[in-house]
Amino acid sequence: MATQTLPRPRFQFRISRLIIYLILLSFTVFYILPVYLIIITSFKQYADVNLYRMWDFPPVLTLEHCTNPAFFCFDSFYEAWFGGPSVTVGMSQAFMNSLTMTVPATLISTVLGSINGYILAKWKFRYADIVFSLVLFGMFIPYQAVLIPLTITVKNIGLYGNLWGLVFVHTIYSIPIAALIFRNYYATIPNEIMEASRIDGGNIFSVYRYIILPLSPPAFVVVLIWQFTNIWNDFLFAVTLVQNKYQPMTVALNNIAGSFSVQWNVQMAAAFLTALPTLLVYIILGRYFLRGLLAGSLKG
Amino acid sequence: MSISLNRNWEKIVGFIILLPSLIGVAVFVYGFIGWSALVSVSNWKLGAKPDYTFSGLDAYARLFGIGERYATSIDAIRFGADVRNVIGFTLLFIAGCIIVGFSLATVLDRNVRGEGFFRNLYLFPMAISFIVTGLAWRWMFTSGDPNVGSTGINLLFEHLGLGFFKPNWASDLVFHLPAESGVGQFLSGIGLGWMASPRLGVSLGVLTLVVAAIWQMSGYTMALYLAGLRGISDDLREAARVDGATEWQVYWNVIIPLLKPITLSVIIILAHSSLKIYDLVIAMGGQGPGFVKDMPAVNMWDTTFGQSRFAQGAAIGMVLLMLSSLLIVPYLTFSLRQEEER
Repeated sequence: MATQTLPRPRFQFRISRLIIYLILLSFTVFYILPVYLIIITSFKQYADVNLYRMWDFPPVLTLEHCTNPAFFCFDSFYEAWFGGPSVTVGMSQAFMNSLTMTVPATLISTVLGSINGYILAKWKFRYADIVFSLVLFGMFIPYQAVLIPLTITVKNIGLYGNLWGLVFVHTIYSIPIAALIFRNYYATIPNEIMEASRIDGGNIFSVYRYIILPLSPPAFVVVLIWQFTNIWNDFLFAVTLVQNKYQPMTVALNNIAGSFSVQWNVQMAAAFLTALPTLLVYIILGRYFLRGLLAGSLKG
Repeated sequence: MSISLNRNWEKIVGFIILLPSLIGVAVFVYGFIGWSALVSVSNWKLGAKPDYTFSGLDAYARLFGIGERYATSIDAIRFGADVRNVIGFTLLFIAGCIIVGFSLATVLDRNVRGEGFFRNLYLFPMAISFIVTGLAWRWMFTSGDPNVGSTGINLLFEHLGLGFFKPNWASDLVFHLPAESGVGQFLSGIGLGWMASPRLGVSLGVLTLVVAAIWQMSGYTMALYLAGLRGISDDLREAARVDGATEWQVYWNVIIPLLKPITLSVIIILAHSSLKIYDLVIAMGGQGPGFVKDMPAVNMWDTTFGQSRFAQGAAIGMVLLMLSSLLIVPYLTFSLRQEEER
């Protein structure tokens, strides 16, 4: 009896493994497909872009029409990056804009977040929790509900139409999420460590400087990545508050995509370039990226 | 923090340090919401010059088609389409993300080889801008010319032997209950005829948005579920198995109930991001013919900054805020109360 029933579970086990890997592989295809399309199209030449052959690999061996060949044809990237007959604002300009906007906003909001999180976690004044939840609500509002006053205010303080306006706006609306992640992280630092320092005469500043800050790097990495990705990928604020030569990459890409005179291969190259910075951050620091995502769901 | 070590001056200093951020949030969130509300009931109908004279709920009446004058106005028609689209989008998007995310998390939780690789692969779309996602999927959903051949995803279907399935993704087709169908006639018989109309339904254009949004966010859902699954001790599953539960019953009776808080978070977060969906729609070509894939946020921007109708745009923003507050306020209250109990 026992000898007859033993082989069956093992066979079932293998079948279920097979099904598991089939599921994983089919989803791999689903997630890869758009990326595959972006990459193969951006390596095509103008002459090779044909909707009815859009899934085909770019022809490697016919590079005679290509201006910038390096085994593959890099023409699309050249035009997307430097601008050209159909692209008036090249991605190089937009890249600098994105960088000029994202780096200061990320740094300022992260430092602010650390300080705010410290106060909210360790120096709870009366009603601190109510104040905190009122701040958190700001993380969830649809920005459409503040867009009109925001535009008027940014105009009034003279920051409309330039990158400093975007830095300012991103910093303000990043306060809630940054405070949340730091507060949750600092809540896990035991108060006993702080108390030991206070017996030695430490105060609110020295506790932060000598106890909290040295323990903070993991939280800093998480918040920096979160802010960098979100601000880099923002479209709504940028499309509302800046124009023309100050466009960050997302807006420039959307304009390139909306223009009928820009070929698909150039559009896809521009899309690839826009995605690359945040994608690199994700590939290099993926674990911290995930932690930020989990913290953002309030369950940090 | 023990009370004996707490000095009052430090609490005051702490509050002062916090104050600039609090003022920032107070002004830029709460002040601006009030300001928007003011604009929405103002007489600032057209043009760049603000006019804050009170004009009642006119803008809202126009949106919801209330009153003889507005019942068939273009604003009411457009906003009606927005509501239909955002409801259809939200339901399908959340259902899709939960099904895909939960399945992937369950599968990855079973000691899969290369788990880290798959997990990172499924999550990478989260790092990408909706504009890039939208552009890629917009091209995936080009349908081609029926006389020349299929393109995009339809061409892939053809390669897979599914050539009979080639919808024109850019058409204005809306799936809904037809009034002349059996169910439709029954509904109108009991006075619910309005349920069988294109006002309730999902358009092909919205489906393309749903697929792109699931592509972007299902990995995130998976990550949340995976974290939840890792938090359930193996002893619990073992205990259920010892009691004779099948693998299916373990999931249905033990794991899914335990994951309820995560499912709630997922629903709230996804619903909230789908209510204000904007970038993706823009990148996938905007409102579409006959507003087939228009969304409230797209309408808001277009009305406000495209047509310079500020009161009307502010009203749309306020409706969006109210809808998302219905989700967020209970959720925030609940999460924070739970935190206090901990």
